Amino acid sequence: MTPSQIVQSGGIELAVYEWGKPGKKKPTIVLVHGYPDAASVWKATAEILSKRYYVVAYDVRGAGRSTTPDHTAAYALDHLVADLAAVVDATSPDKPVHLVCHDWGSIQCWEAVTTERMEGRIASYTSISGPSIDHASYWIMNRLRSGSPEKIAQVGRQLAHSWYIGMFQLPVLAPALWKGGLDKLWPTLLEKVEGIGEVEASPTQTRDGANGVNLYRANFVQRLINPQERRTELPVQLIVPRGDKFMVQEIWDDLPQWVPNLWRREVDAGHWLQVSHPELVAVQAAEFVDFVESGEETPALKRARVREERRGKPHSGKLVVITGAGSGFGRETALLFAEAGADIIAVDINLEAAERTAELSRLLGAQAWARQTDVGSIEQMQTLASWVEKELGAPDIVVNNAGIGVAGSFFDTSDADWERVLRVNLWGVIHGSRLFGKQMIAAGKRGHIVNVASMGGFTPSRFMSAYNTSKAAVMMLSDCIRAELADHKIEVSTICPGLSITNITQSTRFVGTTPEEETRRQQNATKLYQKRNLKPQTIARAILDAVEHKRAEVPVGVEAHGSRLLSRFFPALSRRLARLDVAP
Amino acid sequence: MSEAWIPSAGELAGFRKAQRLAYDCAEAISAEMKPGMTERHVAARMKEYLLDHGADDCFHEPFAWFGDRTAFRGLIAVKQLGGFNPAFYPGLRRLEENMPFILDCAPTIQGCTADIGYCGVIGHNAILDRLMDDLIEYRQLILEQVKARRPLAEISRAVDALCAKHGYDPRHKAYPFETLAHRIEKLRDDGKKSHLKIANFGVRNISELLRDKIRGAREGWNPIWNSSDASQHVPTPGLWAVEPHLGFRDVGAKWEELLVVTDSDAFWLDDDVPHVRRWAQRGLWKQAA
Repeated sequence: MTPSQIVQSGGIELAVYEWGKPGKKKPTIVLVHGYPDAASVWKATAEILSKRYYVVAYDVRGAGRSTTPDHTAAYALDHLVADLAAVVDATSPDKPVHLVCHDWGSIQCWEAVTTERMEGRIASYTSISGPSIDHASYWIMNRLRSGSPEKIAQVGRQLAHSWYIGMFQLPVLAPALWKGGLDKLWPTLLEKVEGIGEVEASPTQTRDGANGVNLYRANFVQRLINPQERRTELPVQLIVPRGDKFMVQEIWDDLPQWVPNLWRREVDAGHWLQVSHPELVAVQAAEFVDFVESGEETPALKRARVREERRGKPHSGKLVVITGAGSGFGRETALLFAEAGADIIAVDINLEAAERTAELSRLLGAQAWARQTDVGSIEQMQTLASWVEKELGAPDIVVNNAGIGVAGSFFDTSDADWERVLRVNLWGVIHGSRLFGKQMIAAGKRGHIVNVASMGGFTPSRFMSAYNTSKAAVMMLSDCIRAELADHKIEVSTICPGLSITNITQSTRFVGTTPEEETRRQQNATKLYQKRNLKPQTIARAILDAVEHKRAEVPVGVEAHGSRLLSRFFPALSRRLARLDVAP
Repeated sequence: MSEAWIPSAGELAGFRKAQRLAYDCAEAISAEMKPGMTERHVAARMKEYLLDHGADDCFHEPFAWFGDRTAFRGLIAVKQLGGFNPAFYPGLRRLEENMPFILDCAPTIQGCTADIGYCGVIGHNAILDRLMDDLIEYRQLILEQVKARRPLAEISRAVDALCAKHGYDPRHKAYPFETLAHRIEKLRDDGKKSHLKIANFGVRNISELLRDKIRGAREGWNPIWNSSDASQHVPTPGLWAVEPHLGFRDVGAKWEELLVVTDSDAFWLDDDVPHVRRWAQRGLWKQAA
């Protein structure tokens, strides 16, 4: 890579690289690299971004083709911010720029966005794997002072991840290592430790590594001991790689206290994700830049927005898809997940009902979307799944809950009745498990699939052949896919509710009856279930409990537990009881 | 039904005056409410206001509920003893910023009794806003179905169904006898400045309700309007204090108004009430042509 221009900053010559041309309507993106890298680390990302933006990167002082200061103090953060300001003034004199920064580049840019030097020159900030040292210092002190063993352990773990920072404070050692062969070894190390193959060896790796040590020496101890309160009102997007070997994810937990306009996204990648996943970094950076420029927040960004009220909730940030979410168990499950911090996709064949559930979920602090889908239709389920994957990414939890009821003699149950009940109760679960299970596997998500069966699944009955068969099939299906998905650390739970009050009793098809008789039976069944008074909230709580405790099979209600024991230990009696005519 | 009482225009003016006083009281007292005040303090202030402005009796002494008590969570939800539950009485709960509250008072002036419910918040509460917006549908549904002379129990079940559709709990079911509405009768204007109350309820008004109960049992109607089979009869002419009370999570909201039922028609006693004015402000209220 050859610099396109040299920018002067306080006696230092900075090598600047450009992709694309500046334009009136084109936003400018400035990429700042970390340690021990040079601007070349951004090459792949910059090329993708340059299709729509004017992209600028530069070698930080001492790295790449920029000149090297002659003393350590010249690496102090205020000099680094002055360098950034010089590059921004030279490349985008008329309008503020969007920063995308990694590692040490990110540490510098925190200084730039939280101090006055560059006020009005920065439009947004995307930060990857580099916290403000001041924020980190407060983070450590708050945890040590809290006296909570869990929080003190977080500090311990972060320090273990930052072993090299201590080493860099020792004289001679680190630069000597870089000069003595670490530079040649670096691409191999990246491949072995980070799994990043085919990294081009940087021609300036020796000085990138050796000089960059001064970044640490000039700033770390000073800031850690005497931190300042650093705040910014700018929109900040945090991209957190889950597999970062130099950072614990908790390091970001206190950030909302300093940054009110914060978006946070987690990705399955290691520390150098702009090298391993340039496309992903480009897409997320571009989405944020577009949002800041246009004010239009995409669903994915809405989900990523950090909201104070959701902090510390058990399912915070998770995405939950629930079918049959317009009423009954589905709606209650959506509301409980919403209260627990998750975002909700409420799916129902009745759009108005799904929208109502989404609206109630929003009142409880969630982001929520309503989708109209007939779960028995593969086309509609595919449409739903592609929409979810494209707009919001693979879900963390899928609750296949939609179901319908059919009751009556086997000989009165027509082919159409059978098809209807199997289509919704069984095929709906097959489609949901397969489509979303695939997405979870592809995204490397350790997700959870919850299939709502029924105590009917293990309770034979002379007048419930179709319904109970569909539910027994759901139980076996769940057992089989649980075994297969275990390889991917994806959990599967089966919920078997007893006689709980939902719309299903009022809409159950009673075959072999006149319409009047059917209405009467529906009313009787509803009254019976009302007397039993097993609330949908109880089933919803069981679903959350199954997810939180990774339970395989959960009967809900004393009748469900009783019948399960009966079918296990006294199967003959269970079969005998099935003969009783207890139809409502 | 024999000799049903249909209030005259003059009588309606008296009831309207009582209802206005009750709502004025709720608005005046809510304007002076501040975080830190207890339910008891606020209820006592309402009582003072009503007495100062000419009330001489009541159906019940003023109630005030704060926070999750507006949704009848906790002890207040105990339904044993027919729902007569000491937790209904104003307690020592203190008002906080953004905490919903409900004020409920039922003054009598010169024999005319009103019974109202009023909700609000000091600050902001998104759930309360949503509940208060949705309450408009209940006012419309109830009036439409009474005009259509549908049996009261069926109307009450339609209210239950609307709650289920909205995703709300019908919290009026925590009132004594799961009351959606109750009868209000005209009392004699005896010129006295005050009348006997027992356990915070006005003896004269409660006696009327009991008399209605006996008479209703004979004539086949129920002075307590709920979803039970006892209310499976066409709307009884007279005055009904209707009080749908919705709950979502820890927030509850209600209004309460007098509904005038005649032999063939029905109408709300007064459309100039705070919740209707609020709906109008928010563009939800469409005056019937």
